[in-house]
Amino acid sequence: MLSASDYAAIWLTLKLAGVTTIILLLIGTPLAWWLARTRSRWKGLIGAVVALPLVLPPTVIGFYLLVLMGPEGSIGQFTQWAGLGLLPFTFGGLVVASVIYSLPFVVQPIQNAFETLGDQPLEAAATLGARPLDTFFTVALPLARPGVLTATVLGFAHTVGEFGVVLMIGGNIPDKTRVVSVQLYDHVEALEYVEAHWLAGGLVLFSFLVLAALYTLNPGQSSRR
Amino acid sequence: MAYFRYFRIALSSILAWITIAQADEVHVAVGANFASPMKLIAAEFEKETGHKIVLSYGTVGKFYAQIKNGAPFEVLVSSDQETPDKLVADGLALETTRRTYAIGRLVLWSAKPGFVDPNGEVLKKGEFRHLAIANPKLAVYGAAAQETLKRMGLWETLAPRIVQAENITQAHQFVASGNAELGFVALSQVIDRDGRINTGSHWLVPADLYPRLRQDVIVLARGRHNPAAAALVDYLVGSKARAIIKSYGYGLE
Repeated sequence: MLSASDYAAIWLTLKLAGVTTIILLLIGTPLAWWLARTRSRWKGLIGAVVALPLVLPPTVIGFYLLVLMGPEGSIGQFTQWAGLGLLPFTFGGLVVASVIYSLPFVVQPIQNAFETLGDQPLEAAATLGARPLDTFFTVALPLARPGVLTATVLGFAHTVGEFGVVLMIGGNIPDKTRVVSVQLYDHVEALEYVEAHWLAGGLVLFSFLVLAALYTLNPGQSSRR
Repeated sequence: MAYFRYFRIALSSILAWITIAQADEVHVAVGANFASPMKLIAAEFEKETGHKIVLSYGTVGKFYAQIKNGAPFEVLVSSDQETPDKLVADGLALETTRRTYAIGRLVLWSAKPGFVDPNGEVLKKGEFRHLAIANPKLAVYGAAAQETLKRMGLWETLAPRIVQAENITQAHQFVASGNAELGFVALSQVIDRDGRINTGSHWLVPADLYPRLRQDVIVLARGRHNPAAAALVDYLVGSKARAIIKSYGYGLE
């Protein structure tokens, strides 16, 4: 069965995925809106930067983040200057790394949802006298709800399943950076297969239930149009 | 009919060629900490014997799982003794072929010059935020680091400041990038070709502070009938390989 350290890892993982998802929605929604609506020639460039975390292997992303956030790295020098200290081996560091790593999984579904809206509902709202910010919150965002839901699920699930980055940035500290995926990996590498099976089974079951619930409740973009 | 005969001749010569090629080739799984010396030794071995070596690097825990599930490795150059023990118990490795080819040595290292003193007093002073070690559950060097700290009576006090790396390579990255001020690494990772440690500062941990880190090589069940597998094991404990192994900072039996 699950041990106390397994439960600690589960709690930490949920906390990390929750915080990361909230931050990602706050950053990702305006970014997706801009990417969907802009005619700027920077659109392609910014879109490419958002998609980049998909390219590199997670441990490699983790390695570069470790160097960048370290005392010699630019992010590390900034955080030290700002009085925040160094980010690696802290929960805050894991959040920053997870936000970067899961960014495309949140931005892209929302961007797609905004793009499929088209101009019509927004123009209609403007004709009726709504200001741009009103239009965004009362028309665009409700219509894009399926995309936002998908983004929430993907961002959360991807952070739960993340391994290479947290292994590199986290330093495997109990209650601070030892998340489920790292704990599970430790069990497997230490040949503690029984413990590994329980944790892996639990993780798969939990994720399946969350995904099934959301996809059942979420009617999908096609029926919304 | 003539075509058929040519076809048979062609086929049998291809088969003969394949059999020769297979007899010559040996698939070797190498513990990651021994990757660099193994490359040199493999090149020498190929030159002298004409056998061909295919090297795969990784952690022994992964190799164990892979070998149990039919991975095509014929020799395991392990970074511990426990994994060969388990493979022998599972009937997947041949006990009589087993040799100790190297003894790992632990060093406390910092990328900063002057940070680690030659007697390891820095650990008792405790003026640092993070001390990196490899995961004691997974890596022999991690277990050795843990044992060293326990014998010094510092394990309990330093525990909150310890960051664990997946393996000794990552522990080295934690320290080299400066994120951990110091850490326990393998001597083989920081030693230069002139036999000295020329970067940062270090304390060579005395051998009586941790159990001997014997690293064993063993022929796996798949390599039972491959003469190149047995030849490689002999070569690894021969004088030429020993010189290379020593130059990388390992001890010898």
